[in-house]
Amino acid sequence: MDLFGSFALLLAFVCAAYAVVGGIFAIRTRNPFLVKSARNAGMAVCALIVLGVASLEYLFFTDNFSVAYVVQHSSHTQSTFFKFAALWSGQEGSLLFWSLILSFYVFSVLWTYRGKHPELMPFVGVILAAVQMFFLILNNFIASPFKMIGEVGPGGILHWITQPDGRGLTPLLQYPEMVIHPPMLYSGYTGFTIPFAFGLAALIGRYPGEKWIHLTRRWTMIAWCFQSIGVLLGAHWAYAVLGWGGYWSWDPVENASLMPWLTGTAFLHSVMMQEKRGMMKVWNVWLVFITFMLCIFGTTITRSGMISSVHAFAQSEIGPWFFGFLGLIFIVCLAAFLKNRDYLKSDNQLDSLISRESSFLFNNLILLVACVAVLSGTMFPVLSEWITGQKISVGAPFFNHINIPIGLMLLLLTGIGPLLAWRRTSAESLKRNFGWPMLGGLVAGAIAYPIGCTDIFSLTCAILSVFVILTIISEFYRGAKVIRARSGENILASAVQLTMRNTRRYGGYVVHRGIVLVFVGIAGQAFNQDKQMEMKAGSSMKIGPYTLVCQAFDSIPNVNYTAERVTIEADKGNRQVMMLYPEKRAYESSQETGTMVAIYSTLREDLYVVYAGRSPESDQPVIHAYLNPLVKWIWLGGVVVVLGTILALIPSRPPVIVLKAAEQPAALSEGSRVVPAAVNRTSLT
Amino acid sequence: MNTKTKFGVGAGVIVVTLVTLGWVGARESKTYYHLISEIPTLKQSELRQRMRVSGNVAPGTIKHLPGRVEFVLVEESKALNVAYVGQDPLPDTFKDDAQALVEGKLGSDGKFTAEQVQAKCASKYEVAPTPVKN
Repeated sequence: MDLFGSFALLLAFVCAAYAVVGGIFAIRTRNPFLVKSARNAGMAVCALIVLGVASLEYLFFTDNFSVAYVVQHSSHTQSTFFKFAALWSGQEGSLLFWSLILSFYVFSVLWTYRGKHPELMPFVGVILAAVQMFFLILNNFIASPFKMIGEVGPGGILHWITQPDGRGLTPLLQYPEMVIHPPMLYSGYTGFTIPFAFGLAALIGRYPGEKWIHLTRRWTMIAWCFQSIGVLLGAHWAYAVLGWGGYWSWDPVENASLMPWLTGTAFLHSVMMQEKRGMMKVWNVWLVFITFMLCIFGTTITRSGMISSVHAFAQSEIGPWFFGFLGLIFIVCLAAFLKNRDYLKSDNQLDSLISRESSFLFNNLILLVACVAVLSGTMFPVLSEWITGQKISVGAPFFNHINIPIGLMLLLLTGIGPLLAWRRTSAESLKRNFGWPMLGGLVAGAIAYPIGCTDIFSLTCAILSVFVILTIISEFYRGAKVIRARSGENILASAVQLTMRNTRRYGGYVVHRGIVLVFVGIAGQAFNQDKQMEMKAGSSMKIGPYTLVCQAFDSIPNVNYTAERVTIEADKGNRQVMMLYPEKRAYESSQETGTMVAIYSTLREDLYVVYAGRSPESDQPVIHAYLNPLVKWIWLGGVVVVLGTILALIPSRPPVIVLKAAEQPAALSEGSRVVPAAVNRTSLT
Repeated sequence: MNTKTKFGVGAGVIVVTLVTLGWVGARESKTYYHLISEIPTLKQSELRQRMRVSGNVAPGTIKHLPGRVEFVLVEESKALNVAYVGQDPLPDTFKDDAQALVEGKLGSDGKFTAEQVQAKCASKYEVAPTPVKN
């Protein structure tokens, strides 16, 4: 099976190479047969990679311990679930997995647009195949997952050997979320290849108009959505598994996944400027180039051993390949830009400082600054060594000092931006749109301050969150009122209809609402508390409103690990709310240990209990308890973001233009103040 | 003032503010990387900075004492005594021979007081039995 797998991958590489070379000839000769064959080769890559992956999974499921990758990441006793996930738990497999997901995207794009856009698609096909080719070079020649284990025997003869058992998956990865987190994140990382390919293809081929932006809007949103899920699941994994009580430590790997998210978010917003007003063309192509390069760069820093990180893969020889690839992408993008920059001339200028355009500009500026800050903080050790010869790192205070104000500014813009009119906004409409939400925010602040929300950032966050939510609700309400006036349905049904008529706009609002929830959750961090104590049966600890009573301390043997477990009763008032079982597991096959955190989560706060090991003097278990307010809001916000994105992906229902004005003069006069604006916006969005 | 200039000024104010904040944050958390062998050659002022030192945990030297964990970090036969005084439990990967990264300050007695310890799996679990390309 290993031979079959490597052969499939080799063939995939050949097909990708053909798609590149044949595609270039197809563009030059405009031979329809060549165009078609290059496209078919591009689609065949997907089928072949699927075969390669299937054979690697087969090796895992048949416990084939003659293959090095299987030995390192699986064992006889490993559950089916984790045997499956072992595919992406190491360097070689995860690179193959990367190719797999990319090939799914490429296949879907080539299939969806087959026979369409003949001036653009051949370019797109070549660029996509070139990216695939790079990863297939790694899969085939640099980091093949099908390497066998060999040993030089007597007489210099090489023998293949089969190990009796594998070492098993690292305990840190033996967590259900690890099965879902990498696929999500990789779907995000690879997904940005699609808008990148279209952007570059449109630039190289001088494809007229903003067509490429319309074509890629959904693909970008899908990639962005996966990236958001990936980042949040990563945070959740860190929170639930690493056992230090937090979810974000500005670790290089976390930063690597955040950076393309930031630029991707900027791109999603700024393309609207190009669609509606023909502005920001240069900015947009560079944003999409940079986003893609950051995706590749993120993979590079975590795999090349360039920056030390707890999560990073072992140092390996693939670093130079990635840097070479990044350099090549940059040169191609720069060359295409310099050659065709006249094609990107802006149609319009900025009219006013208080307009939708300028709010987008500020949004982009801030997201970019955040990205630069995260990038420079992550790269600080490398940069400082180049400049001063001294390796210096910066920690969380650096990132927080910059990113907390940035986050709050973004939150403010989330509230203001969507309600500003294009070109310029009148003072009258500012008052109408923002008067009540602003008042609501201030009232919320006045309530929050006396009940303990005294931290300046958290207080600002609370005020802004209420402000943003109120602006969103008022948007829905005003739009729904217009529809109700015409259709006579109730306000809720009208709101649904409103949403379905312009899913992009109202789905976007739902995403904003999700982001607000995430912010609320993050703001809760200012009020975290924690306590560490040695406990024996019967002893108790108080943290916040909870009393933790240690019930028992035992050892439980399991199939591939032995767990030391503490049983803790959590009481609130005089009522038992939950039994908690924090564990420490010792894995037999890898001789590693893992921590299982016990969490009692409510909307108000998380009670997070870690068994920190036994005290060396008394041999009693040491319990570290954390009280983390509002953490659950972050995960809920993530769910809302995903739902909003899905909503925005649904095609809008065409509005039924049946004006009942003649029969309903009263309703019209009531809604007439709003109708022009709503109609105007609908036609624009 | 035209709109472009106004936008430029606004953008400038935001960027300058953020850069200042970043500079303050960087000063607060700046940590210098040093090799164990480098420590004796450092200047007095450099010795007082926050630093990050990496090495392998010398087998058998981990001592759990009340309020702290002591161990010896070695790098190419140079040794450094470390006392970990942080609140967080030591990572699961921290044990004999593990590759560890400690962050903290050097005391005047030459003993390193670490507030943070990161550890990677000892390399013996990572080296695969000579994989050969088939």
